[in-house]
Amino acid sequence: MPMASVTEHGLVGGADRPAAALVVQEPMDNSVLGLWVWLSAEALFFASLIGVYFLLHTDTNHGLTPKTAFDLPLTFIGTIILLSSSMTMALGYNQMRRGNVVGLRRWLVATAILGLGFLGFQAKEFTGFYSRGLTLSSSPFGSSFFTLTGFHGLHVLFGVFWLLSLLAYTYKPTFMQEAKTKVQVLGLYWHFVDVVWVVIFTFVYLMGKVG
Amino acid sequence: MASISGTANLDRTGEATAYRGLMSWLTVVDHKRIGQLYLMAGLLFFLVGGVEAFIMRLQLMHPNGHVVSAAVFNELFTMHGTTMIFLAVMPLSIGFINAIVPLQIGARDVAFPRLNALSFWLFLGGGLLLNSSWFLGGTPNAGWFNYTPISGAQFSPGLGVDFYDIGLQIAGIGTLISGINFLVTIVNLRAPGMTWFRLPMFTWTTFVTMILVLFAFPPLTVNLFLQTFERLFHAQYFNVAAGGSPLLWANLFWIFGHPEVYILILPAFGIISEVIPAFSRKPLFGYVSMVLATLAIGFLSFMVWVHHMFTLGYGPWVNSIFALTSMLIAVPTGVKVFNWLSTMWGGQLRFTTAMMWAVGFLFTFVLGGMSGVMLAVAPADLQLNNSYFVVAHFHYVLIGGSLFALLAGLYYWFPKITGRMLSERLGRWNFWLMFIGFNVTFFPMHFLGLEGMPRRIFTYSPGFGFTFWNQVATFGVFILAAGVLALVVNVVRSAAAGERASADPWDARGLEWSMSSPAPAYNFAKIPLVRGYDPLWVEKLHGDGRMIAAPQAPGAHHAPPGMVHMPRPTIVPLLVALTLVAAGYGFIFSQLWLEVLALLLLGVSLHRSMFEVDPGEYVRVRPEDEEAMSAHG
Repeated sequence: MPMASVTEHGLVGGADRPAAALVVQEPMDNSVLGLWVWLSAEALFFASLIGVYFLLHTDTNHGLTPKTAFDLPLTFIGTIILLSSSMTMALGYNQMRRGNVVGLRRWLVATAILGLGFLGFQAKEFTGFYSRGLTLSSSPFGSSFFTLTGFHGLHVLFGVFWLLSLLAYTYKPTFMQEAKTKVQVLGLYWHFVDVVWVVIFTFVYLMGKVG
Repeated sequence: MASISGTANLDRTGEATAYRGLMSWLTVVDHKRIGQLYLMAGLLFFLVGGVEAFIMRLQLMHPNGHVVSAAVFNELFTMHGTTMIFLAVMPLSIGFINAIVPLQIGARDVAFPRLNALSFWLFLGGGLLLNSSWFLGGTPNAGWFNYTPISGAQFSPGLGVDFYDIGLQIAGIGTLISGINFLVTIVNLRAPGMTWFRLPMFTWTTFVTMILVLFAFPPLTVNLFLQTFERLFHAQYFNVAAGGSPLLWANLFWIFGHPEVYILILPAFGIISEVIPAFSRKPLFGYVSMVLATLAIGFLSFMVWVHHMFTLGYGPWVNSIFALTSMLIAVPTGVKVFNWLSTMWGGQLRFTTAMMWAVGFLFTFVLGGMSGVMLAVAPADLQLNNSYFVVAHFHYVLIGGSLFALLAGLYYWFPKITGRMLSERLGRWNFWLMFIGFNVTFFPMHFLGLEGMPRRIFTYSPGFGFTFWNQVATFGVFILAAGVLALVVNVVRSAAAGERASADPWDARGLEWSMSSPAPAYNFAKIPLVRGYDPLWVEKLHGDGRMIAAPQAPGAHHAPPGMVHMPRPTIVPLLVALTLVAAGYGFIFSQLWLEVLALLLLGVSLHRSMFEVDPGEYVRVRPEDEEAMSAHG
């Protein structure tokens, strides 16, 4: 076939240009790319909730305000715990890359415990607010605060579920062959949830205290 | 395709493709059959929404009409709009996207076949839940954009708005998953040589549409959650008395809602960009400008939401900015229209029914676009807002735009989807009845709007001067309905006993016409090599008219000779969707046990399926599909 005569049509390949011309950059794994795409939607989800909080946080209905409500030391400890869990997740990923499934399990458990620890502190904070009259229905501030931090807490809870679910799965004999993407996507999700908390802690708690 | 590991079970060879009973539909993961399900469900919901519209037109035919009560009329227009947008036009678009995009890019399936099935079941479950409200004590009646405070607990005390919130939430999750799925599919699963600037326009518009889905649906998700919490758990977001803001709903809704209208129209643009070149025997004029215009429209669609709220009092500065950005969208849209006209210019035009719908689209969509620019003029909008002029405008873009294009796509791709041709003869009846009926129905609404008839009123007095044009409009609906009847008869008869379609009945240009009709389960016997834009046309000009198999990349999974590796069917997506729908009913009727049970089952099914690797199965390639491709040239 006379390929030279048709180059104006942008043809690739052909007798003189073998398959090498077709080698494209190694694509990202479907699951990893899918997770990134999903996280971008999650980012918009939290951005909307943060926007709602910004709009409504000054409407306190004569109740507690951000300044009077927040107990910064308590939340700070929770924050440290959650951020540490990102480290344990990364350590678990390292163990997986070394092919050490026992080490991976250890760090998955540690990450789950730290996640639960964060949720414990959040539960303590929430019950404290409820006892002081700041509830989901007490004021637009309360509503938007509990929606934002509550949805974040649900994401942490789902992450813990995911961690434990993966932990059970590591006992399958074929696990280490499929481990890379499975641990990688969970890690991406977990770090994302942590980053969202950094934003919430900064803009809701810290700015609430000074604002 | 699902990741591949271990040895697949050779004993099940071909089983998945041979069996077509009910269970095969409930466990379906094949993108083509999921596309068929979307198309069938979308058509069904379209008929439901059409009946609702028909009743409304009967009510408005005479002044002081009493076909239905004011309360029922409110439910009718709410459910008509919600159904048509979320349950008819969107799923019809997603149906074509499912059926065609993997074929166009040379893929064997989508990136996540099981998630694809989950998307469909969530859409269907959400849609059925929403429509079950007709029988379960309380239909949504606050309009399709469901503004607060009228949709709040005080003014809508029944269950109707809860059905709206939770039904759309469930269907919306399905759409979001579709968005993720097709973005990954288009990025990762293109055949060798299918570069970004060789992507067919329908795939391009799908790509941009799915980006819009990805960024527009989260604000809707949040909005629906807020309203659900306010109505069920007495939270305070929209309640002015407690310091909340009813405008919050309106803003979040339209931040979703304007990209949503481009989610409805961009796939339609893509279809037109496929149909017109095929029947003009010319490549699409200005391909690159078409791609850039699509991206520009997608980008601008997030910048214009306040034009739905010019009358809410944001003042001249805000209104002027949003009026300008809104008018700006006319520029890339105009680029598209001129490109379509230029594609036809000098072409060998063939007026098949598909082409007639495409040309009809050009005519009506431009009319709808022009009334859109008129509405974008903020001072004019203060007069036209909430009048029948708006009703005329969005029906010109949604029917005259989206629906006409979808029908062009139906006549164009039906042979590939079903293996049979639609009747051209009935197609003529279908086109002319619907085209005339549509214009007779909706053109008079411009006049009614200019004369001051508000939308959503259930009746009017004889002295208002609205009677004549309302009667013309209702007369038009009868013609329109006859056209829809012709469509339904055509689809049902042709699907059962239409003329058998060849692989390439239109002598068309894209990859989707390179395999037999209907496409085999594995789409391509071998992954094709794409040697240019309009790949099949390139082979017709420079090859032997058949696609060449791409050389296999080193390290790729090798199936045994004569076999293709395909994902296995599974019932899990349907079960996951059922648990969510059950949880939805639990929340609507405040049944704690049902909520807990359903969410527990959801957790169990997620735990059982999240990490499972589909071993897949080998499907034997039919000899005729091998022959449909040339050996490597």
